[in-house]
Amino acid sequence: MLIEALVVSCLLGAAIVFFTPDRYAPKLAFGLSVPPLVLSLYAYVAFDGSGNALLGGEIAYETFAEWLQLGPYAVNYHVGLDGISLPLVVLSTVLTTLSILSAWTPIDDRQSEFYGLVLLLEGSLIGVFAALDFLLWFVFWEAVLIPMYLLIGVWGGPRRKYAAIKFFVYTNIASLVMFVGFFALIFGLGDAVSSTGMPAIAEALRAGQLGYLGTPTVGVPPDTLAIAAFLAMFVGFAVKVPVVPFHTWLPDAHVEAPTPASVLLAGVLLKMGTYALLRFNFTMLPEQAATLAVPIAAIAVISIIYGALLALAQQDLKRVVAYSSVSSMGYVILGLVAYTVYGVGGATFQMVAHGLISGLLFMTVGVFYNATHTRMIGDMSGLASKMPATATVFVAGAFGYMGLPLMAGFMAELFVFIGAFESTVLPAAPVFTAIAMFGIVIVAGYLLWAMQRSLFGPFELETDYELGRAPVHDIAPIVTLVVLIVALGVAPDLIFEMIRDATLDVVEFGFGGGS
Amino acid sequence: MVTMANEWLLLSPAAAFVLAALALFVIDAFAPEDADGGLLAAVAAVGGIAALSASGVLLLSGVAADGVELFGGQLVVDGMSLLFTFIFGSVTALVSVASVDYIRELPHKAEYYLLVTLAATGMSLLASANSLAVVFVALELSSLPSYALVAYLKRNRGSVEGALKYFLVGALSSGIMVYGISLVYAATGSLLLSDVASALGGASADYPGVLGVGLLMIVGGLAFKTASVPFHFWAPDAYEGAPAPVAAFLSSASKAAGFVVAFRVLVVGFPIGTIAGTLDWVLLFQVLAVVTMTLGNFAAATQENVKRMLAYSSIGHAGYALIGLAALTNAGGPGAEATVLGASMLHLFVYGFMNTGAFLFVALVEHWELGRTFEDYNGLGREAPVACVAMTVFVFSLAGLPVGGGFLSKYFLFAGAVGAGVPWLALVGAVNSALSLYYYSRVVKAMWIEPPAEPLGIERYPTALYAAVLTAAVVTVLLLPGLVVFDGIAFEAAASLF
Repeated sequence: MLIEALVVSCLLGAAIVFFTPDRYAPKLAFGLSVPPLVLSLYAYVAFDGSGNALLGGEIAYETFAEWLQLGPYAVNYHVGLDGISLPLVVLSTVLTTLSILSAWTPIDDRQSEFYGLVLLLEGSLIGVFAALDFLLWFVFWEAVLIPMYLLIGVWGGPRRKYAAIKFFVYTNIASLVMFVGFFALIFGLGDAVSSTGMPAIAEALRAGQLGYLGTPTVGVPPDTLAIAAFLAMFVGFAVKVPVVPFHTWLPDAHVEAPTPASVLLAGVLLKMGTYALLRFNFTMLPEQAATLAVPIAAIAVISIIYGALLALAQQDLKRVVAYSSVSSMGYVILGLVAYTVYGVGGATFQMVAHGLISGLLFMTVGVFYNATHTRMIGDMSGLASKMPATATVFVAGAFGYMGLPLMAGFMAELFVFIGAFESTVLPAAPVFTAIAMFGIVIVAGYLLWAMQRSLFGPFELETDYELGRAPVHDIAPIVTLVVLIVALGVAPDLIFEMIRDATLDVVEFGFGGGS
Repeated sequence: MVTMANEWLLLSPAAAFVLAALALFVIDAFAPEDADGGLLAAVAAVGGIAALSASGVLLLSGVAADGVELFGGQLVVDGMSLLFTFIFGSVTALVSVASVDYIRELPHKAEYYLLVTLAATGMSLLASANSLAVVFVALELSSLPSYALVAYLKRNRGSVEGALKYFLVGALSSGIMVYGISLVYAATGSLLLSDVASALGGASADYPGVLGVGLLMIVGGLAFKTASVPFHFWAPDAYEGAPAPVAAFLSSASKAAGFVVAFRVLVVGFPIGTIAGTLDWVLLFQVLAVVTMTLGNFAAATQENVKRMLAYSSIGHAGYALIGLAALTNAGGPGAEATVLGASMLHLFVYGFMNTGAFLFVALVEHWELGRTFEDYNGLGREAPVACVAMTVFVFSLAGLPVGGGFLSKYFLFAGAVGAGVPWLALVGAVNSALSLYYYSRVVKAMWIEPPAEPLGIERYPTALYAAVLTAAVVTVLLLPGLVVFDGIAFEAAASLF
C-alpha cells in the first residue's frame, strides 16, 4: 500500500493546492510535498526487495489487482519497487520538494495552479517508476506530459508557447511509436503471455518465446519483429532521454521552462527515458541490444562529445546546463550498452547522480537569474563577490559535473567507464570508452570558462537591479543537493548496492561478462 | 424460444425512445405554450435515461448475450446492439439536458426534442437491424429528423446552409445505398443478413459484378452516416451550422449508429472470407481509414474555429474507428479480429461521452456569446474554471492523453490493430493521434495560457448546460479506471459477430 499512499498523497496534495488562494499556495505546497518525501524515505529505509523486479526478483511494496481485459490479455494494476526504481522514486520526491522551495522567489503569478501541477507531476513520475504493467506504466508515462506542458506553457520564458507545444508533440509521437513497437512484441509472444505485465513479458522474451506476429504465412518473422520492435522502442525512449539526433526539443524546453520545471525536467523526466531503455530494451531484448551494440554505443559517444561541444558554444548559462545534460545522458547509454554489472549499474547510478547535479546547477542558475535578471554569460562578471554562498554552491556543482572525486558524478562516471571498458558485448569497447572519457575534458572546459566569466574577476553587471544575498529558501535547496551529492560520492553504496543487486540479472544473459 | 413478453422486454430501450417521442407529441398537442421547455427536455432526457438503463440492465443480466432474433430475424438484440443503445441513451440524455439553456429563447421547442428522440429511435433500431430493409428504414428514420435538427436555427444562414448540404449529400447517398441493396437482393435473393451471407458463395460466382457494385454502394451509404471519406463533405458545415447540442448529438450518436450498422452488415452479411474475391472491403476500409483519419486531422489542424476543428476531429475519429473494420484481414486469427472490432466499439463508446462533452462546452461558450474562434476562448480558464477543466479533460481525452477513457480505448484500438496483423495501420493511427495533440492543445492553450483580449463579462452560469458538461466530464474521467465495466462486454459482443 506504500506506493498507493505515495501517489495518492501527491494527487491529493495537488487537488488541495489547486483550490488554495495564491497567497498560501507556496507554503502549503511545500508542506504537502513532505508526506511523499517522508514516505519515499521510509520506503528506502524499509526496503526489503532483492533482484530485478522484471526477472523474478523479490518485489518490494508490491500490489496486484485485476483491472481490464484487452482481448486475450489481462491488463492488471501491478506496482512495486526494486533496486533500480526505488532510487529514482526517492530522487523524484527529493527534487520535487526542493524545486517547490526554489519556486518561491521566481513564481509570482497563479501560484496555486503552479504548485498543484508540480505535485501532479510528482505523482505521475512516481507512477512511471513503480508501475509493473505495461498499460498502467503507459498511463503514467503519458500523464507526465500534461503538467509539464502547462508548466512550460504558462510560466515559461518569451518563447514558451512554441517550446511547450514542441515538447508536447515531439515526445508524444515518440511514445506512440514505442507503444506500437511494444504491442507488436506482446502479440508476437502469442499464448506465451496472458497479460500485459512487464515481468511476464520480460521472462518470455528472454526465454526466446517470440513467435510470428500474425500467422507464419503472412506474418512478421520473430527476428525481424524483435529488431523492429527494439528500434521502435529505442527511438521512442531516445527522444525522451534525449540523445543526438533526437535532442532538438530539449534546449527549447529547458531555456523557456521556469527554473523549478527545468529542475524536474532535467532531474527526473530525462531519467524516464533511460529508465525505460533499461527496463524495456536492455532487459527484455538483450540479444537485439547486443546485435545493435556498435550503433548504440556510437550514438552514446556522439551525444557525449557533440552535447559537450554544443554546451561549449552557448552564451546562455541555462543553455550550457541544458546541453550538458545531453552529454551526461550519453554516459548512461554507454553504460547500458556495455552489458556489465558496472556498466548497467553505473548507468543507473548516473541517472540519480545527474538528477541531483543538474538539478543543482539549474537551481543555482535560477538563483543568479532571480538576482540579476540575465543569464547571458557575457553580461555578468564577478558575481562571487556579491553572492558568495550561491557562487560557492555553483562551483561545487560544476566540479561535481566535471567528476571531482568524492562527489556523485565522479563515482557514476567511474562505474560507467569501468563497466564499458571491460565490456565483452560491445566490440572495440576500450575505443568507445576512451572517446567518451574525452568528453569530460570538454565539460571541464566549458564549465571552468563559464564560471570564470560569470563568477570571478571584477564585479560588472548591466542591470538596474540591486544585488544582494539570496534568501534562505533559495539557498537551502541547493545546499541540500550539495550535501546529497557529496554523500553519494563518499558512500555510493547508499544506493549502488541495491542498484547492483537489481542489475545483476539483467546482464546475466549468456554473454554478460565482467564483475 | 423467446416469449412475447420477453420480446418486448428486449426492445424496451427502443421503446423508451418511442414512448418519449409520443409523450412529447401529446404534451405539444395539449400544452403548446410550455414556456421554458423544461418539461419537454425532462421528458426527452428521461427517455434517454430509461433507454440507457434498460440496455444497461439487459447487458449486465446477459439475457441477450448470444443474440436474440425478433420478428423473423429482421431485428436482433445482442451485446453490440445494447452497448450502442446505451451510447444513444447517454448522448440523448446529455443533449436534452444541455438544450434547455441553449434553446430557451427559441420557438418550436417541442419539435426539437421530438426530433431528437425520433432520431434516437432510428439509431437504436439501426443497432438491431438484421436485414437490409430494416437497415434502410432505420437509417432514414434517424437521418430525416437530423436534417431538420441541423436547420433548427432557421433564421441563421449557417444553420440552413449546413442542413441543406447535409440533406443533399444524405439524399444522394441513401439513394445510392438503396440501389446497392437492390443489387445485392438481385444477386443473393434475400435481404436478411444471414441469408445474404449464406447465398454469397454462389452469388459471387454467378453475379460478381452485380454483387460487388451493390456492396460498394452500400459501403458508400455507410460512409455517409459515419462521416467518412469520401462522403464526409457535409460534416464540417452541418456541425458548424447546427445548434451546438445538435452537433454533439450528430457527431457522437449518429456516427456511432453508422458504425454499428456498418459492423453488422459487413461482418455478418458479407464475411470477408467469402466476398474477398468479389470486393475486398477490408482493403477498401484500410484505404478509407488512412485517408479519413489523415484528412480529418490535417484539416482540423488548420482551423481557426473551435467548432469546425471539433467537426474535423470527429472525422479523424471516424478514421480511427474504421480501423475496427480495416484490420479484419484474418492475419491474426479470429481472436485478434474480435479484439480489434471490440476495441473499435469501446472507442465509439467513450467517444460518445468525450465528444458530446466537447460540443456541449462549445454550446456553453455560444450561450455566453463569446464567439467561436480560438482567440475568443482566450483567458476563459480564469472566468469559468470548472467548465474549462471539463473541456481540458475532453480534448486531452480525445487526443489520447490519460485523463479519460479515450486514452485506453484509443490504445486498445491501436494494440488491436497490431495484434490483427496490420501494425502499419496502427502506426499511421498513432502518428495521427500524436499530431492531433497540436490542435487539441490549442484549445487548452487558449483557455489557460493566453490572456483575454478584453474582459469576457460572463454573468450567467447556466445550470442545465453546466450539469450536462460536468456529467460528461465525470463519466469521461471515470471511464479511465472504469472501462473495466464495459471492456468484457465489447469484446464478447464483437466475438459473437464472427
